[in-house]
Parts: sequence; C-alpha cells; structure tokens
Amino acid sequence: MYDGWKIILGLLVFVAFVTLPFTLSTGKEYVKADPKIDTPEIQKLPESERKCVESKEFMRKEHMKMLIDWRDTVVREGKTLYVNTEGKSFNMSLQNTCMQCHSNKSKFCDECHNYLAVKPYCWDCHIEPKEDKKEAGL
Amino acid sequence: MIIDRRKFLKILGVSAFIGIGGWSTFEVIGRGQIEAFAEKYRKVPEALQAKRWAMVIDLKKLDEKIMNECIKVCHKLHNVPDIPNPKEEIKWIWIDDFEHSFPGFEHEYMSHEIKEKPVLVLCNHCDNPACVRVCPTKATFKRKDGIVMMDMHRCIGCRFCMAACPFGARSFNWKDPRQYIKEENKEFPTRMKGVVEKCTFCYERIDRGLPPACVEVSQGAIIFGDLADPNSEVRKVLSENFSIRRKPALGTEPSVYYLL
Repeated sequence: MYDGWKIILGLLVFVAFVTLPFTLSTGKEYVKADPKIDTPEIQKLPESERKCVESKEFMRKEHMKMLIDWRDTVVREGKTLYVNTEGKSFNMSLQNTCMQCHSNKSKFCDECHNYLAVKPYCWDCHIEPKEDKKEAGL
Repeated sequence: MIIDRRKFLKILGVSAFIGIGGWSTFEVIGRGQIEAFAEKYRKVPEALQAKRWAMVIDLKKLDEKIMNECIKVCHKLHNVPDIPNPKEEIKWIWIDDFEHSFPGFEHEYMSHEIKEKPVLVLCNHCDNPACVRVCPTKATFKRKDGIVMMDMHRCIGCRFCMAACPFGARSFNWKDPRQYIKEENKEFPTRMKGVVEKCTFCYERIDRGLPPACVEVSQGAIIFGDLADPNSEVRKVLSENFSIRRKPALGTEPSVYYLL
C-alpha cells in the first residue's frame, strides 16, 4: 500500500471526529426530560375535572397535530368549539384554554421541546403565561 | 382458460359490488366515524352569522372624540403596537381627511371644512379583494361571511397585499412589535416581525356572538350587519340614505359604506 500511514492516519482522524459526540458525552450525567403538570391552576380543580381535553397518551403523541388542526379550524373555518371523545366541548385556543391550566410553560412545554431540540414558534405571537421564575427553578 | 362474455360480465359485476359496497365501507359507516369527524369541530351556537358582513359609518354622528375611542379600543383589544416612527407605524383603524379618503370627490372650490373633515377609515373587507388575489400563500383569504381574514401562521411577509390594497389598510411589522405594546391583552395574540396585519372585523368577537369592538363604542354612529339580508339594519340605512364608498371605480366592491 502506497502512503499507507497517511491513509490510516486520515481514517483515525475521521473515526475520532465522527465519534466525537459520543466520546465527549461519556461521564456526563444523563438528564431526562421531566415535564410537570402540577400547576396551582390544575391543583385547584376538583378531582373529577382534572382531565385534559383528551387522554394523556393521546395528548403526548398527538398534541402537535391537534394544535395545528385547532388553529386551521379556528382561523380558516371560524369554528371555535372542540368536542372531545367524551362529548365535552372546549374553546379551541392555545392561549385561553391550554395555558390556563398549563401555566408552567417552561416546565410543561420547554422541558421536552428542549430535550428533543424542537423549536415551535408559537410564542413569537401567542402570549405565554407569566411564570414565577424561582418557583420554576430557573 | 377461456372467458366468455357472460362470465366476464359476472366477474365484473361481483367485483364492482365488493368494491363499492364492500366490508370496509360498512365498517367505517358502522362505527359512525364520518359523523364523529363532522361533529368534532363546532361553531359556538351564539356566533353571529351572515352572508356578507358590512359596516355603515355615519360621519354626521361621528366626532373626533368617538373616533379616537374606536381606535383606542380596537388597538388595545388586538395588541396593535404604538410605534412612534410613522414609516413603521401599524394601524387597523385610523383617521384620515375627506380629501384623501375619497379622492375624486373633492374639487377646487370645496370648503376647507369638508376637505379636511376627519373620516374614520379601516379595511373595507371588499367583496372582490385585491389583496386576496395576490397573496401567494393564501394567508389572506375571504371567509364565507365576507370577512377578509389574515392567517398570521401562513404570512411570509412578501407585502404583495400591501401593494395591491388601494386603501392602505395593511401594515407591515418591520420589527418585533411586542416592545411597543404598553398593555397586552392576554386573550389575543400579538404579531411577530415580518408579517402583515390589518383589521379583521373582529372575527374573534363575531365567532363568540359579539359585534366588532368599534361598533360597540361608536354610540350608534357605526352600524354593522348582513348586506345579503334585505331586512337587516345596514340595508335599511343604505336604502334610506345617500351613501358613498371609498374608490368605487376600482371595482373592489368595499363593504364599508359612509353616510355624509
């Protein structure tokens, strides 16, 4: 093999570079996203009404799709009521419905979004609820 | 295998039957999925309904105090920023003088009083809106009830609509508007840098059963109603009074009428 040492050196550098994210993160503590739903607004609700518009599993998986459907229905079709699988209806509004209960945006939204490195641009326009920064642990 | 005409038609008939009325069709309808889908989103029962919303502004009853009241309540309700630089200002409803609101109506010998008479102007919610035709993303569109709406989520800030609108009803956000909003209305969103905004005839109030905010504070000088309904108040007022519209020759068919 001509210039074998150059090729091998190059390969070594390449492998070291590609595995950099792994080697750099060894020994670091693994922080798992830990969203919180224990806001004072939710605590205040009676036990029977402490439910989201749909089940927890559904919301976890589908909330992004649901929010887009909500926004299109409200803005484009002028319909503002969402009737859930139990037949209960809700005003379709991120600012006036979701965030009324989930008033802890940093622990409810940002926790997972940061973990997954997704940056939804909701809050460029929609007004986020005021949070007590100390309480949120920031 | 030889298939004769008779056998071929038999196979065709059976497969068409299975295809059209097959099990999967029964399954879907049986579960009531189609009904459930239609029922999922609803209008609020008290929401105001019309075929073509329109406004009649009675300039005889309006003075500058009431006009400013209308502007104040609209801009506060919709988080419209108060930007001091006139080149970057954002307005949904504002005051202009007669001469510039109704070009073509003025003449050399008109009294100053009329020429400079303050006129309350806003988006005309045209029946044939130029802004909607030019929007490349359908961010601005005409609702079934005639309101020319903005979908801020879709606006890319190309400003074609601003060039198309002959009434200057649209404003562009040159910078983040939040720093210029003194007191935020927490029930309504703000806008972001790089989108165009304008009056929406208070769609969010109409969909909840309330008239536009400016109508409410105008002390009866602004009348709001359905042009398609011959018994509506707007139609009554228009049939009994002489009324004009802004720049009618352009053919955009404004839905905002003025009584002089």
